[in-house]
Amino acid sequence: MQASRTQAYLRSIHAIVWKDLAAEFRSRELFSAMFVFALLVILIFNFSLQLNPRERQEITAGVLWVTFAFAGTLGLNRSMAIEKDRNCLDGLLLAPVDRSTIYFGKAIGNLVFMLIVEAVILPVYSLLYNVNLFNPGLLVVILLGSIGYVAVGTLLATMAVQTRTRDILLPILLFPLILPVLLSAVRASAGFLQARAMTEIWPSINLLVVYDLIFIALAFMFFDYVVEE
Amino acid sequence: MIAVKKLVKRFGHKTVLRGLEFRAEAGEFIALLGPNGAGKTTFLRVLASLSSPTIGEVRISGFLLPGQSAEVRRRLGVVLHEPLLYGDLTAEENLTFYGRMYGLADLPERIAATLELVGLRGRSRDLVRTFSRGMQQRLSIGRAVLHDPDVILFDEPYTGLDQDAGNMLDSVLAAISSQGKTIVMTSHDLARASALASRFDVISRGVISASGLRADLGPERLLPFYQEAVRAG
Repeated sequence: MQASRTQAYLRSIHAIVWKDLAAEFRSRELFSAMFVFALLVILIFNFSLQLNPRERQEITAGVLWVTFAFAGTLGLNRSMAIEKDRNCLDGLLLAPVDRSTIYFGKAIGNLVFMLIVEAVILPVYSLLYNVNLFNPGLLVVILLGSIGYVAVGTLLATMAVQTRTRDILLPILLFPLILPVLLSAVRASAGFLQARAMTEIWPSINLLVVYDLIFIALAFMFFDYVVEE
Repeated sequence: MIAVKKLVKRFGHKTVLRGLEFRAEAGEFIALLGPNGAGKTTFLRVLASLSSPTIGEVRISGFLLPGQSAEVRRRLGVVLHEPLLYGDLTAEENLTFYGRMYGLADLPERIAATLELVGLRGRSRDLVRTFSRGMQQRLSIGRAVLHDPDVILFDEPYTGLDQDAGNMLDSVLAAISSQGKTIVMTSHDLARASALASRFDVISRGVISASGLRADLGPERLLPFYQEAVRAG
């Protein structure tokens, strides 16, 4: 009985992720918007900050995460707007599934979109900032930071999309809440980029893991209230 | 099949449903009539478990809302104003997605039968965003009946349809009704309601102010019945 419930739970999450990916790979609206926006942010930072190589090395991690955060907001808004525009959120809510499956399905879909955009942006970034970003430790930090970002971002996007001011409300709600994740991600990323000792980097990674778990648990608990009319 | 007792629904200080009583037996086709703002859509959303009752008891197929909403949703099909379909997926992909959400077995066969029922078999591989409003509405009905529900709720299904699309929807609704499903449909269109429904309930100011059977009223007496019920409410 428990096994079949778990299977049904996972099947619903899989259905939502499949639906989001199938729709996005066909329209590419979200990818193009996120990618172009991320590219513009990188270029603006690159040309507006006239820095010497040493200064550049120090701020690289910060610029990288600001780029991810801005592009991610665009993706989160669009991903939930698709559900709201044709009232498809009601269609999801009418399904006989635990509503947390909707949260996890949307969050995993958002994470996949964000990771794909990050994978495309990293080589461009590496070229412009002349740093080797293909470091296994850094890639783990990017994964952990992105998980924390979409965990809280998906919940807030669901909340914001039900208001008239959804486009401006999401960043206003999201950025203050996501600050601990961004700070830990920037510190850990900077540690790997500047080849610091692991003893210096571990505390930031531990914090990232803790924030990820807290945000996922909070979203799991509150999603039902967020979608309740 | 549906039993609603003393249903009250408030949004902040605004009370939309004021102690509404309603009952529907298996196989009935009920048209919920009423002026704008009477509470028809709110009532339907409560039945659909999309909105919780503030006070009162709502039971569908013996299951209580909102406590047993998953059980209710399993037995319920809902067609709202919007089609609840994804424009960037094909008709078949939309039904596949909803079928998976309901955990349905034999999905390809069910989808083929459903598309046949709503007359969209030939358009199964087309993107929904290329469909007309009438075709989207028919596919939306397909989405709602895919899991073979006992009760189907329709909220103004004729809104935005031209005459031909409306006629086609008539035949789809008649086919579903002939399968013995319990149907509750809100409508402003008395002519279409009188052709399809077996009972007419009029909602006015948040309560059912009158109820009449088609056998008793007939098409010619429906308009005076409706006008009187709205005035009385």
